[in-house]
Amino acid sequence: MKLNQYLPVLIMTLAAIGTAAGMILLTSIIGPKKKFDDKMEPFECGVSPIANPKSRFSVRFYIIAMLFILFDIEAVFLFPWAAVYRSLGMFGFAEMLVFIVVLGVGLGYIWKKGALEWE
Amino acid sequence: MADIFPGPDIFPAGMLPSLVEMMAKIIFIFTMNMGVFAPLLGWVERKQSALMQDRIGANRADILGFTVFGLLHTLTDAIKLLTKEDFIPEGADRPLHYLAPFIAVVPALIAFAVIPFGGQYDLWGHKTNLVIADLDVGVLFVFAVASISTYGSVIAGWASNNNWSLLGGVRVAAQMLSYEVAMGLALVGIFMVYGTLRLTDIGVAQENFLHWGIFLQPLGFILFITCALAENKRTPFDIPEAESELIAGYFTEYSGLKFAMFWMAEFLEMVTISGVLVALFFGGWQIPFVSGAALARLFGFLGPNLAQVAVMLVHVAVFWAKILLWIFILMLIRWTLPRFRYDQVMKLGWKIILPLSLINILVTGLVMLLVK
Repeated sequence: MKLNQYLPVLIMTLAAIGTAAGMILLTSIIGPKKKFDDKMEPFECGVSPIANPKSRFSVRFYIIAMLFILFDIEAVFLFPWAAVYRSLGMFGFAEMLVFIVVLGVGLGYIWKKGALEWE
Repeated sequence: MADIFPGPDIFPAGMLPSLVEMMAKIIFIFTMNMGVFAPLLGWVERKQSALMQDRIGANRADILGFTVFGLLHTLTDAIKLLTKEDFIPEGADRPLHYLAPFIAVVPALIAFAVIPFGGQYDLWGHKTNLVIADLDVGVLFVFAVASISTYGSVIAGWASNNNWSLLGGVRVAAQMLSYEVAMGLALVGIFMVYGTLRLTDIGVAQENFLHWGIFLQPLGFILFITCALAENKRTPFDIPEAESELIAGYFTEYSGLKFAMFWMAEFLEMVTISGVLVALFFGGWQIPFVSGAALARLFGFLGPNLAQVAVMLVHVAVFWAKILLWIFILMLIRWTLPRFRYDQVMKLGWKIILPLSLINILVTGLVMLLVK
């Protein structure tokens, strides 16, 4: 309906894409290209890397990603509520009190479970 | 802005001024970002850190003996980065290696679109609103766009086939996700107070000095600036690129302009953060105790239209002065504090800022209920 307010955003995005693509194109054309085996190795403090980077890493990072999805969706629910809070009055406050308490209980649970510990 | 293409008419009357206005604003912001901030903040960072550490700083590059306070170093840096070899290590994922800096820099360039750099003015009968896109979702647009640039860092870490890069990329992901939650919740209070997400409305609501966001939401301000610093990945939150542990983190294997693009993205994010801070907490384009109407009366001798132009110029100048002040403060923080440990960063995000921002929402709601 009022999509046209996004028209400037679209134009700006196109300009930004053009700029970024231009920079990548320039840097891949200009500049020397000398290849030899020792140089093409991934950098690791002067020695050849022995571990393959595409191996496993700590499960804690996955837990953080999961918690992010949960809490970010809660945050999305809070934005429309915040914008109209003034007209909701006591009812809106009580509703959100319940919501935030539930959120707080969830946070307390993962805290006690040790999901936020990094030793 | 809403009246571009208002009806079924393809060329309604009054479209041309709106179109000219839109292009002028886009070109202005683009020039500010690419022409002023991206190159000059590197110089500011070098000079300011030198000043703070009692060194001389960049002062060698010269043209015919003129060094211009080391400003020519921005030029030499640009030429040097442009003529460096574009290095991609063996075993790297080449398409993703090209894509990563691209994804990092594009959102940084467009996030500024919703930040108003001036108020609304009536120039020769044409209503001018000094914001590129006056979106009703306002700050959410900044969040949404800025979080895309996280992909750039993560992909860079993954695509480089380097252990340091991967560790940096994984750390970026965890840190960005943790602080994005807290950043969103920290701002809920300010949206409750002003009752809108639209940044131009928030700017208008701050005409009264005592209604500035910093006075209405002091805790929200502290929580937001902490999260914003973390999202910006600069010291004290620079663990994804901690040079003493991870060489350069996710951009270890980048060189030339691709390296410069990560660097540019970081500086442009700083400008955007300053813009959001000014728009939400420091009155946007408003001057304390001087309303737009009072300013227009002061310039009244110029006639109604030129007076509006003068007011507009003053407001735009005030806005950019506030942005510069905030960039100075952000740099001050970056060169003052040491780097946090990784577990400290995660603890601060989840165990301190997140509960505090929930409490902030509840207290704000309660106070608003009682005051009403």
